Amino acid sequence: MIVTFILAIINGMLVDNVILSRFYGICPFLGVSKKTNSALGMGVAVVFVIVLATLITWPLYHFVLVKAGIPYMDTITYILVIASLVQFVEMVIKKYSPSLYKALGVYLPLITTNCAVLGVAQGNTDQGLTFLMSLSNALGTSLGFLLIIVVFSCIRTRLEASNVPKCLKGVPIALITAALMSLAFIGLNGMINI
Amino acid sequence: MNEKQVEKSPRILTLVKGIIKENPLFVTLLGTCPALATTTSIESALGMGLLFMFVLIGSNIVISLLRKITPSEVKIPVYIVVIATFVTIVKMFSQAYLPELYSKLGVFISLIVVNCIVLGRAEAFASKNGVFDSFLDAIGNGIGYTLAIVIIAFFRELLGTGGFTFGKTLTFIPYIKFTPLKDYAISMFTMPTGGFLVLGVVLAFLAYRTNKKQEIEAFKEKEARRLSKEEAK
Repeated sequence: MIVTFILAIINGMLVDNVILSRFYGICPFLGVSKKTNSALGMGVAVVFVIVLATLITWPLYHFVLVKAGIPYMDTITYILVIASLVQFVEMVIKKYSPSLYKALGVYLPLITTNCAVLGVAQGNTDQGLTFLMSLSNALGTSLGFLLIIVVFSCIRTRLEASNVPKCLKGVPIALITAALMSLAFIGLNGMINI
Repeated sequence: MNEKQVEKSPRILTLVKGIIKENPLFVTLLGTCPALATTTSIESALGMGLLFMFVLIGSNIVISLLRKITPSEVKIPVYIVVIATFVTIVKMFSQAYLPELYSKLGVFISLIVVNCIVLGRAEAFASKNGVFDSFLDAIGNGIGYTLAIVIIAFFRELLGTGGFTFGKTLTFIPYIKFTPLKDYAISMFTMPTGGFLVLGVVLAFLAYRTNKKQEIEAFKEKEARRLSKEEAK
């Protein structure tokens, strides 16, 4: 079981990467990847929120919504849980670790509209995964997000300094770079069969 | 200009603005996730665009109706609940009447909730303007977004499959398969890579055009200044 758990994490992180093959969270991926520090902050905050959101939404769906006979209310419930969770996490961090808050503070409110968080929560229950698999999916997905956004921000700092045609400057060249990265990640397809 | 035209023109502007000048995808770069994920074929892009437009119109109207009784402290949660309600309606509707589209778009129907465009229009427009204006704004932005993702899907489907297929996902239109360039298809374009690449190239093309326009305008201004100087002499 532990092997499956670890394999699922690696699968979510590398093979079926959130950004490069599932297209969740492109907005922060393009918006916050200009500097490595902010990319790291955003990535860590996303890992934190996705894992917490899964820990809350999975039991909520299976023990409350299904029992009450209203499973179709899942999207509304999840988005409310995520929005309040983000607010809660922000308050807790602000109280207990001002230094961490300084580093992550700006990125926390942005996470509510990051599709990766809702996408993972929704995907877990849509696919009917068990609690453990949901957790490994959440961990894998969010770590994959962290990995790609940090790597991409390193590439982007180099891109800023390079001589790019005027019309490609900024977002277009970043998207084309992302396309090349995604092409490289296709090579990992089928590496893991769960 | 008579009075009627003065009164009318901002309304039309509200409608048209979202389509080209302030296109939500190409100009403000919002809602990129579904624009990449659902554009493997024109049909699914069109379906996504229509569902999206319905949510945008509904949420804009309701938020505009509620704008005077919504306390500003809980503005965002109210918007999110309204949007999520419309998304649930759309989700159940497509599950019942368009099951092929539902299974093709999958989780991206639910993800309309976190599409920044809907929340953005609610915050920037519907919370400050009347119901009819918000309705027009929603239609303009909805058409603009649909157009943008259909353009991306056009290139991806053409290059990726060598032609077009209709009637497979949106089952209410007749089935047409037209793939004359099938032997030359580059399947990479229907994969995630193609999404990034096509969006990047389209944005670069638009930036190129804007740059060119600016250059021409700057040149004209310079010429005009030179001419007026010569005349003064």
